[in-house]
Amino acid sequence: MTPTLDAYVMLSALLFAIGFLGVLVRRNTLVIYMCLELMLVAATLALVAFSRFNGTQDGDVFVFFILTVAAAEVAVGLAIIVALFRARQTVQVDQLDSLKH
Amino acid sequence: MEQIAFTCLAFFAVVCALGVVLSKNAVNGAMCLLLCLAGVAGLFIQLHAYLLAFILVLVYAGAVVALFLFIIMLLDMQGGQPWKLRGLQAFGAVVSALLLITGLNALAVHGRLGGGPPEASTVGSSLELYSYQLFTTYLLPVQVIGFLLLIAMLGVIVLSRRTRETPETK
Repeated sequence: MTPTLDAYVMLSALLFAIGFLGVLVRRNTLVIYMCLELMLVAATLALVAFSRFNGTQDGDVFVFFILTVAAAEVAVGLAIIVALFRARQTVQVDQLDSLKH
Repeated sequence: MEQIAFTCLAFFAVVCALGVVLSKNAVNGAMCLLLCLAGVAGLFIQLHAYLLAFILVLVYAGAVVALFLFIIMLLDMQGGQPWKLRGLQAFGAVVSALLLITGLNALAVHGRLGGGPPEASTVGSSLELYSYQLFTTYLLPVQVIGFLLLIAMLGVIVLSRRTRETPETK
């Protein structure tokens, strides 16, 4: 017996929800960033599952692009975080409130 | 057999994902992310996407998580509460959680995506098909991604260059 497509989509949604929860409740910018990566991986899992169950290749090819974009995004995002840390000496989102006041 | 492997991998991935969210120490969080990615790579193998599983481990585990660990060790992670749940934020979190639970429930109850995978399909496991698609249908996205990588590289170089201290920096 093989797992159904429903099971894969459920798992993907669950992983996405967990990542979303992390983005909502954590305060550390880097941990928020890791949770964002988790959400991206959940989306790729759904794409691969749909691709496999429909017998097409397009989802798989798109996962390539998602992985590339994710790698570029991580590099730029971490550079921004390091620049931010240099300017403000903190990575806690609560203390990064220059636009608020 | 496949069902058992799926259940184990899914459970492992979810537990590690929860570890990313719940661990107070950012290094532990990064390690949990690594394990979660390994679980997802296992699921990719089960979906016959061998190449993608390999690339996931190579790019994510090899490059992204390593980069995260470097930055965590570079920056000062101490101080501050790990959680923020006060007032409006707590309300927003509760509403989002309810929405997500409703969505998952709807998927579980009404989701009928039907059908097993096509048996004799070699789609996803054949490297030749990938390259064929990448160089025909998806040629433009490949070019665009190339430009994106170039621009991201230049952006990182500009961002991480040490700028002169200006009075407005503070």
